[in-house]
Amino acid sequence: MSDTVIQTHGLTRVYGQKVAVNQINLTVLRGSVTALIGRNGSGKTTAIRMLLGLVPPTRGHATVLGCDSRQLTPEIRARVGYLSESHFAYHWMKVREAAAFQKGTFPKWKQNIFHGIVDHLGLNTETKVGSLSRGERAGLCLALTLAPEPEVLVLDDPALGLDPVARRALVEAMLAVTQHRDRTILFSSHLLDDVERVADHVAIIDQGVLRVEASVDEFCSRVSVWRLTFDRFPDRLPEIPGLIHTRFIDNQIQLTVANSDDGTAALIASIGANRIEQTEAGFQQAVIDYLTVRGGTGSLLKAVGVPAAERETVAVVGG
Amino acid sequence: MVFDVVISTGSNVPIYRQIVDQVRHAIASGDLAVGDQLPSVRVLAERLLVNHNTVAKAFNELVRDGVLESRHGLGAFVAKRRNVFSTAERRRRLDAAITTLTSEALLLDFSHEELLEAVAKKLNGFPKEKRKA
Repeated sequence: MSDTVIQTHGLTRVYGQKVAVNQINLTVLRGSVTALIGRNGSGKTTAIRMLLGLVPPTRGHATVLGCDSRQLTPEIRARVGYLSESHFAYHWMKVREAAAFQKGTFPKWKQNIFHGIVDHLGLNTETKVGSLSRGERAGLCLALTLAPEPEVLVLDDPALGLDPVARRALVEAMLAVTQHRDRTILFSSHLLDDVERVADHVAIIDQGVLRVEASVDEFCSRVSVWRLTFDRFPDRLPEIPGLIHTRFIDNQIQLTVANSDDGTAALIASIGANRIEQTEAGFQQAVIDYLTVRGGTGSLLKAVGVPAAERETVAVVGG
Repeated sequence: MVFDVVISTGSNVPIYRQIVDQVRHAIASGDLAVGDQLPSVRVLAERLLVNHNTVAKAFNELVRDGVLESRHGLGAFVAKRRNVFSTAERRRRLDAAITTLTSEALLLDFSHEELLEAVAKKLNGFPKEKRKA
């Protein structure tokens, strides 16, 4: 059994003039829970659909369980559970018929898991799918995806449209899956609280480019916040390698920087602030700062220690 | 008081570190005594609704630092105090903690007397006997 479950090499998709996914190299290891984070339209869904062979890549390729994603065999597909963003289910089927239908494509099917989730969410198995609420349909799709106990779970924004009870159930269900060392989850989400609880790896995608791929711990330890207090703001800030985000608060400038080292400290000291504090950014702050900034290419932060890419300097207007 | 861990997401303190800090604090304040058993990794992960690897990481760090001991197949227990750090290392760690405390207190405009008084008051809340090295 290979330790790599999903791997992409230069995975790219172009729609007309728009590069939706730009040369993504992503590795998902067996047993990990990887959160794919990015703003709407950043390319998460396109990347996921390429992994599953639903969209052909324009360039590059992806493998899932060692098989090229354009040639996934029924045997491989049966080992992968996919929950699509649209939470698709045939509207004319009853809930129990949807289960029977899904069961046909998965040799391993645990009816007790299906019922466990459906009962927990209070869904009636005799209800027509078409008359379920958006959140109920999401819950049904989650049950349909989890019941075959797939080795690899690919969940595209599974929390979309969920009410608080269903959202809690989703987190619990994902945590239950992580109890099995050989099961892997790749999920996209906007809910950073849930990501922090569940994920051990994080991939941040911005405008089609993979900016971060790291374990959550490494990501947190590598992104720091420098808080500089001034009597008078400097006219310019020096170019700081790894600068992710600049924020002005009253008489302070807050710099979020990846891979701070002695050079960073020296540069920041040269700005001439009255007081300099350095703290860890914290997971959510770091994610948001990565997604707030515009422009810039290449991954600033890689688990394998790729040096920080250059970023444009932020000119400072005097205070 | 019963030992309990409460975590918050969105903090700049990672979840595993919150668990480590709270276990250390519970032992220092006497909420957990030597020999007390901690909930299993699985149970605590379920209760806190976090990935069990996060709890395992916290427990591993506490075991490594000699705060907990893991008894095979039984779980984690509060360890008998044996110092895994040298005297110099203990001093260094104490100094680092005091530096943070004093600079924070002085920046908040507390006087030396007020700070000493606050520390003395805090110490009153902890059991007094010196731990055996």
